[in-house]
Amino acid sequence: MTTLWIGILLTAAGCYALKLAGLSVPDRVLDHPLTVRIATLIPVALLGALIAVQVLADGSALVLDARLAALGVAAVLLWWRMPFLVVVGVAAGSAALVRLWF
Amino acid sequence: MSTSASDRAIITDSLGVGLATGAYGISFGALGTAAGLSVWQTCVMSLLMFTGASQFAFVGVVASGGSPITGAVTSVLLGGRNLFYGVSLARLLDVHGWRRPVTAQFVIDESTAMAVTRDSSHQARVAFYWTGISIFVLWNLFTFVGALAGTAIGDPRDFGLDAAVGAAFLALLWPRLDSALTRVVAIAGAAVALGLVPLTPAGIPIIVGGAVAVLVGLLLQRRSEGA
Repeated sequence: MTTLWIGILLTAAGCYALKLAGLSVPDRVLDHPLTVRIATLIPVALLGALIAVQVLADGSALVLDARLAALGVAAVLLWWRMPFLVVVGVAAGSAALVRLWF
Repeated sequence: MSTSASDRAIITDSLGVGLATGAYGISFGALGTAAGLSVWQTCVMSLLMFTGASQFAFVGVVASGGSPITGAVTSVLLGGRNLFYGVSLARLLDVHGWRRPVTAQFVIDESTAMAVTRDSSHQARVAFYWTGISIFVLWNLFTFVGALAGTAIGDPRDFGLDAAVGAAFLALLWPRLDSALTRVVAIAGAAVALGLVPLTPAGIPIIVGGAVAVLVGLLLQRRSEGA
């Protein structure tokens, strides 16, 4: 077996174990007030970080490109209370157009 | 089982996210084979790991000449957020017995984000499984296509799919930005993550940014209660 396969299988096992462990946290811990607070903050914190990296990072560099323009379009559409799929679809379309033009 | 109108709306949204995310499997497949993995290895990654960011991180490390073991460490660290997703989902999904190990594989960014924003446990389950399973099917299918075709099909970026993911995350975050606390937490997460992008390997900015933002939130809550 090559190191590449070992790396792949180790990663798969590790990633799966993390997923299962999260779902298997006992009720006692889930009911703790601190867990409840943290669990409500985590999605907000992670989504903030995910959006920033998704939109501005290119490898280890920060770049301003069509993705940021698309995020701006998405924000305007959300402000107008447009449905989810419209927001996502129009954002993708705007990024594609910006790349086509520039 | 009867399907109510609200369920149908959730299913439509879930399939939309499934399609936008799943299609991205093409770029993973193409990148995987470009990095020197076989078609078979690339497909096994999508089947068994099934967590996009970790898969891209592994391939990225290998492509840049890093060892697969370094790739594995980076990738598993990045997968650490799925642990927290599981904690947020455990109550909502309430799965036991054989269902839990099966459900675990579908715990990813998009399925979690689509589920945790729902009002009821039932709606959360509908969103979680429709999103998770549709992404799983399409992600694996498109990985195979991408791995076979390489970069011949075209870059998903040309269709703006990379921007679609950011927009989807923002749409999911939007309804939660209803208090000063959550806005500060979201901005803190984004700022810390961006600050770390040039300094740390891929994946670390999201985990550390998220962790710091949660700490900031807890401290702010404590202070407002103490006052």
